[in-house]
Amino acid sequence: MSFSTVVSAAIEGLGVEFVQVEADVSNGLPVFHMVGYLSSEVKEAAERVRTAIRNSGFDFPAKRTVINLSPAAVRKRGASFDLPIAVAVLTSLGSVQKHRHAECLMIGELGLDGKVKKVPGILPVAAEARRRGVKRCIVPEENAAEASLVDGIEIIGVRDLRQAVGFLNGAARVKAGASGRTPQRKSSSPAEDFSQVKGQENVRRAAEIAVAGGHNLLLIGPPGSGKTMTAKCIAGILPPLSMDESIEITKIYSVMGLLDEREPLIRERPLRSVHHTATKAALTGGGMVPKPGEISLAHRGVLFLDELPEFGKGVLEVLREPMERHSVQITRTHGTYSFPASFMLVAAMNPCPCGCYPDMEKCTCTPAQIQAYIGRVSQAFLDRIDICAEASKVKYEDLTEEKPAESSQQIRRRVCQAREIQKERYRGTCRSVNAMLDGEEMRKYCGLGTDEQKIMERAFSVLGMSARVYHRVIKVARTIADLEGDEKIRSSHLREAIGYRTVDKKYWGRQQI
Amino acid sequence: MKKGIGQEGMKQTVNQAAELQYESWLAGLNLPARKKYILREHMGTGKALYYIEEKEISHLKFLTEREQNTIRQAQKDQSLAEKYGVLCEKGIRFIPYFSEEYPKKLLEIPDFPYALYVKGSLPDRRRKKAAIVGARRCSPYGEKYAEEFGRMLAEAGVEIISGMARGVDGMGQRGALLGRGKTFAVLGCGVDICYPRDHIGLYMDILERGGGILSEYPPGTPPLSRNFPPRNRIISGISDAVLIIEARVRSGSLITADLALDQGRDVYALPGPVNSELSYGCNRLIQQGAGILMNPQSLLQEWNIPLNGRTEKEDKNKKVLETTENLVYSCLGLYPKKAGQLVQETGLDIKEVMNILVSLELHGYVREISKNNYVKSE
Repeated sequence: MSFSTVVSAAIEGLGVEFVQVEADVSNGLPVFHMVGYLSSEVKEAAERVRTAIRNSGFDFPAKRTVINLSPAAVRKRGASFDLPIAVAVLTSLGSVQKHRHAECLMIGELGLDGKVKKVPGILPVAAEARRRGVKRCIVPEENAAEASLVDGIEIIGVRDLRQAVGFLNGAARVKAGASGRTPQRKSSSPAEDFSQVKGQENVRRAAEIAVAGGHNLLLIGPPGSGKTMTAKCIAGILPPLSMDESIEITKIYSVMGLLDEREPLIRERPLRSVHHTATKAALTGGGMVPKPGEISLAHRGVLFLDELPEFGKGVLEVLREPMERHSVQITRTHGTYSFPASFMLVAAMNPCPCGCYPDMEKCTCTPAQIQAYIGRVSQAFLDRIDICAEASKVKYEDLTEEKPAESSQQIRRRVCQAREIQKERYRGTCRSVNAMLDGEEMRKYCGLGTDEQKIMERAFSVLGMSARVYHRVIKVARTIADLEGDEKIRSSHLREAIGYRTVDKKYWGRQQI
Repeated sequence: MKKGIGQEGMKQTVNQAAELQYESWLAGLNLPARKKYILREHMGTGKALYYIEEKEISHLKFLTEREQNTIRQAQKDQSLAEKYGVLCEKGIRFIPYFSEEYPKKLLEIPDFPYALYVKGSLPDRRRKKAAIVGARRCSPYGEKYAEEFGRMLAEAGVEIISGMARGVDGMGQRGALLGRGKTFAVLGCGVDICYPRDHIGLYMDILERGGGILSEYPPGTPPLSRNFPPRNRIISGISDAVLIIEARVRSGSLITADLALDQGRDVYALPGPVNSELSYGCNRLIQQGAGILMNPQSLLQEWNIPLNGRTEKEDKNKKVLETTENLVYSCLGLYPKKAGQLVQETGLDIKEVMNILVSLELHGYVREISKNNYVKSE
């Protein structure tokens, strides 16, 4: 009766590693010994477990106790092993019947009073447990709703150690956590609605196209022109999430411990607004044991970068690769971690330090200052922007305009239709929106007629367009065609796409002489 | 016989070069231009000053102690010939005030520069010269008219003088080059330095087309901000008339206008909208009695110069535009308009407006000067 083992799990990046918690209680000097490549917070579990067991009313005889967490090659971190360690010890001591916790995964932090506290990363653990055929999971009560998002596995939420032991001994009935897959709540509409955005026709249109095709969007405009407001409105016209996507996002938020206890499932696409003091690691994710960064938290949603040129040197550059690959790789000495990062970028910036350019009456900046300002954003980054529009200062007539503008609801309907068309077209491929197409796929899906080719030829020579911008314009035109339900890309679609092309630093704030 | 003349001529140039190295040394002295002038008049030649006896320097009573020391210090310079050689190698001519080539018009002004350094050629004495100056941060309106005046005046044979600065200055000179005329830039730095740097294309074109780069500062002088206001007096000094295109209140262009008036040059200003800060200075000048610039023709008439080249403005309005295109095009002007503004003015929807704008842009009728900001382009 002295040896016992309990299954638990550790989070590595976004992945889950199963961990066997082994306990052995034997006669000898009364020590509590823990091995298995443990970080200091796991080692501290010894004190918590010992005290919690005693305070829960169990006997803790003065015996030699050895705990091993295997596999020994995996570094164990966090306080989530407290509960399995306590259960393993109690099993070794005979307080719990051994056969009861076969096929049962346990996870949770203990307080000194025996209370089981919530831990991050429950959803991926539960999902992995089900995949491996584990029958039930004992999780902290606060995490039960989250774990219940996984179908086909029994979730037992426990408040304290006594309850967990009681359940294992079959004495008490612990009610399983309510299923998280309750019928979809009507998604609450965000406070900001496009009906409140006055004027700004080009910005509204640009936002609609951007969302419809998952394109990156840059808004340029003076302070107070409603760039931030527009970005918030964009959250309201994003298409709804599918259940799989919801779970995907919720897993990331689960690992970061950012979920709401009662409503753990993330039902709306995230809008992550990042301040310009953010570091590279804050964006991509990082740390000794890499944790997802803002771009992963914005997965399947919107990453909003306000005051683009104010971002630190090189910070924006780290976004370039994830923007193309829709995921980010982080390599540390002990391994490479991959986090999903399929986000739509919405960025905002002033046209010059004072914000008034190109109104030369008001602008107080010298050409050199304007150049230096936009110079802080690299052309390589700007080339990855599909759509760029200018937000202008709101005029008084617009503010007092009685007639409400088109609401987010109406725009969203069109966006969803366009997305539906794209989904149909890219069925069977790994693409979902036009923005993701690569060169090969563009040839397949974005063919141009003779007239259309002529326009692009002209645009190339007259506007000095680069090859990268050329491809982006065609992708945007594809989206505009989808918005209109047109199978072919027409001249009018192309022209509109050209009007929203990204800015070229060469021509910004500089006189052509 | 022929050979003799040739030799004599050569000897003369050698002698001249030998003399000029001392003159160039004198011009380079760190003394006020006025003092250098008095000194030169007193001594007769630069060479005389270079070889002046130590004790005689103290007899030059019009110099302060400090200035006398400057001369003593400068006398120790042994590399005069070498320095002058470098100047010649760079193709820079040294033209002191007593030189035959020195622009006569410049001598009329009270504080004429002691010497000019010239790359390329000097303005032609027989031709009329007009200075085109104005704001560096100008509007497309200023840009357009600077270029137009520069071009049409140059086509009629007028030489355009300016400072090669950003904005109006540069556009005026670019216009002159487009009109196949000569143009001359007066810089606030050495003539071997192109300032602003991104005007290097203009700098090269001015020289290539037979124009010139002028400066009163020795080659190698960096573009210091204090050097720029004094160069304005040279711009107006060598010109017959000064054309102010756009000027804010208290701007350098207005200083140039004041200097021009002091020098007895004609001042003309381009009128602009009364609510435009950029045209405030010009409108004010007109109010105070400056000539009003309506078109280049009237200026040419005053000078009795026949019109040359294209007199009729090319009628771009004859281009075949669709009704809606015309509607959008007619709403545009030389001050930038935003796409949203055009939607409100035309009553068309943004899709259509954007389509028309890009279509016009691709045909060269419209220019997008900044994201979603458009002006007419001709």
